[in-house]
Amino acid sequence: MIRRAVRFLDQRAGAGSALGKALRYVFPDHWTFLFGEIALYSFVILVATGIYLTLFFEPSSSTIVYHGSYAPLQGQEMSKAYASALTLSFEVPAGLLIRQVHHWTALVFLAAIVLHLMRIFFTGAYRKPRDLNYYVGLTMLTLAVIEGYAGYSLLDDLLSGMGLAIGNAVALSIPVVGGQLGTLIWGGRFPGTDAFFSRLYIAHVFIFPVLIGSLMALHLAMVAIPRHTQFRGRRRRESNVIGTPLWPGYALRSLGLFFSVAAVLFALGGLVQINPIWQWGPYEPYLGTNGAQPDWYLGWLIGALRLMPHFDVVIGGYTLVPNPFWGGVLFPGLVFGFLYAWPAIERRLDRDYAPHNLLDRPRDNPRRTAIGAALFAWVATIFFAGAADRAFVQLGVPYEGQLWGYRAASVLVPTAAYLLTRRVCEHLREDGGHPGRGSGARVLARSRSGGFEELRPQGQSAADGEQG
Amino acid sequence: MRPRRILIGTLAAVLGAFAIAVFAQPPQARPQGGSSAGTVAVPTGLREAGRALFAEGCSSCHGFEGEGVPGQAPSLRGAGEAAADFYLRTGRMPLDQVGEEPLRATPRYSDSQIRALDAYVASLGPGPAIPVVEPGRGSVSDGMQMFNESCAGCHGTGGKGGVAIGAYAPPLGEATPTEVGEAIRVGPYVMPSFSEAQLDQRDLDSIARYVQLTQNPDDAGGFGIGHIGPVPEGLVAWFAAIAALLLVARLIGQRNEGDEPGGEEGGKA
Ligand code: HEC
Ligand code: HEC
Repeated sequence: MIRRAVRFLDQRAGAGSALGKALRYVFPDHWTFLFGEIALYSFVILVATGIYLTLFFEPSSSTIVYHGSYAPLQGQEMSKAYASALTLSFEVPAGLLIRQVHHWTALVFLAAIVLHLMRIFFTGAYRKPRDLNYYVGLTMLTLAVIEGYAGYSLLDDLLSGMGLAIGNAVALSIPVVGGQLGTLIWGGRFPGTDAFFSRLYIAHVFIFPVLIGSLMALHLAMVAIPRHTQFRGRRRRESNVIGTPLWPGYALRSLGLFFSVAAVLFALGGLVQINPIWQWGPYEPYLGTNGAQPDWYLGWLIGALRLMPHFDVVIGGYTLVPNPFWGGVLFPGLVFGFLYAWPAIERRLDRDYAPHNLLDRPRDNPRRTAIGAALFAWVATIFFAGAADRAFVQLGVPYEGQLWGYRAASVLVPTAAYLLTRRVCEHLREDGGHPGRGSGARVLARSRSGGFEELRPQGQSAADGEQG
Repeated sequence: MRPRRILIGTLAAVLGAFAIAVFAQPPQARPQGGSSAGTVAVPTGLREAGRALFAEGCSSCHGFEGEGVPGQAPSLRGAGEAAADFYLRTGRMPLDQVGEEPLRATPRYSDSQIRALDAYVASLGPGPAIPVVEPGRGSVSDGMQMFNESCAGCHGTGGKGGVAIGAYAPPLGEATPTEVGEAIRVGPYVMPSFSEAQLDQRDLDSIARYVQLTQNPDDAGGFGIGHIGPVPEGLVAWFAAIAALLLVARLIGQRNEGDEPGGEEGGKA
């Protein structure tokens, strides 16, 4: 039927050949290629649920007295923003469901992007000619983190207010320009003016979604134009793509994935509570709650702020670099800076300026895999440090001890990850086995004359052939 | 055949997600029945019984007349009935180890023994009496506001505890209304004490009522997963949602060696 529709279009608009070509576009098959799609579908759900939320949310920091249906807050003074989020949660039909789905989806969106980034990194998919697209992807990740932060900051509950206070301190900590930057964004001292609130809102519901959406379109186009990458394998060469064509095989499968993403997220949104703002209460600058935490994708920055020993750079009574700079600006700067720079660094190290359309398995390039493992282990260690206070309250691990433990771990864990990964990769490369799959046993054939000959598995011989 | 596999896989993934979400839910703290409140008329017999108990269990640290031992334990003169009752009913005293923060534990003494010890400590010098706390008379909205102003900085807005400077600010999931009132008046360990002028009787009632609400919060959104916000939420996002979706991806996506011979070649170099 689709083909008929294409023919219909073709005969009238002459667009069919392009469309037909698109339908025959080949997707190489590997389950790890689906992480990006999970992110894509999460974004679709974020936009859809977000639109519903904008119909009811009132982005205003002017105060009113709450008289809604949630009794414990009745009579309290609060911003219209917070009050409308409460109304959205308790009175608007399906409001709480959609709000929760939106928030769960944000968490999953970021997680899927990170997984996708890891897949791209460890398989060397960022290499020329796809390095540009890799930068687009990293930029989307950065934007998505800020977008998420803006999103939960809008609600003006106690947690989001504290999150903004930390963000403000980090912005102010940037040497030389920090003060101006803070004033520019907040319109003055924290907690800022009404203008800040409308900036935050327009950024969250328009500017960032449009940026992410446009970059996503660009990203997909840039995936398709130089074709997909694929793993090495039988008949797979730098110059071809083997896989499933878009129609009917891949599109249906992808649709299935979309429904799965939607099913999981709506089920979570309906059954598991997320960010119960009515339990936190409204924010006032003089209020603070212990144990305030950001959403997970900012946990690594909280961890860095926590771990950084107290020191500022002070020159003659003038604090040039206040402490939040190290954890809040320098650390993410280093991580993202490295990720952006890596394709160029690797090209330089290997003097390999050729385009690559075949992916490496992680073991094929032990150095890259080990460096990636060290980087992600580093960020993960610091990420876990962000929840040290929870580990203290819930599990009773002494807090100061944890901080020192994490400080040591932030050096030791990446080092160990590097050495171990490198060893494992090199071993696997020699051995030809796959962890958790096959025993590394060899298949022998007995010839008529009684001699033995080793049969090499098909895929591998092809792969070896490619490598030569 | 494939679609069926996909369907089953999806179902399994979604169910798995819920299993995890359900198990991620820690057991809810139950509000306990209120402990005996009310001013105790102090019969001498009760105080003498208290003195005997004190000599046996407390004097090693606090001295025979509760005068305190430098480097061991503070004097209890003026600590008051409220302090004794709070420390004993929450099992904080007798302390195991000098120098440690007293933590909540199963009370070591029976109700009547505690009343005797309370009477004895009260007789050592004037101090705060056990407050009469009736949450029913308070306003939960006022209580929430006062809690967020005076207590959330240490105990967290939902009363789930946290790191206070140099101490452990405990979660308030087990605190009874009377214990809340006592803690406010006594200010155990690094916690400040609040006088009648700072928080009056009605405020105690309201705060206690709010603490009761935090022990049994309104989970309009579904499973509460601990009521501490982003940390368990992140865990559920990764270990339920992402895990489920990876499973789906794994089921509908191919593995490398599953090269289908029929796979099309799109050689358009
Ligand atoms: C191992 C030593 C030790 C023992 C035994 C002990 N205490 Fe204590 N007690 C302490 C220390 C140390 C403190 C101070 C802790 C603090 O500030 O919270 C304290 C504090 C107190 C306080 C609070 C004082 C105040 O000013 O608020 C009371 C009341 C108290 N103890 C009662 C008792 C009673 C009753 C017993 C016997 C059942 C007892 N203690 C046994 C060491 C001990
Ligand atoms: C400076 C931080 C701080 C502040 C502010 C604070 N607390 Fe505490 N609170 C603590 C600490 C620390 C303890 C544990 C004391 C101990 O271990 O003996 C505690 C213990 C308690 C307990 C006993 C909990 C239990 O289960 O045993 C209650 C109840 C309590 N606080 C209520 C309050 C209330 C109500 C307020 C506000 C009016 C408040 N606290 C303000 C630090 C604080």
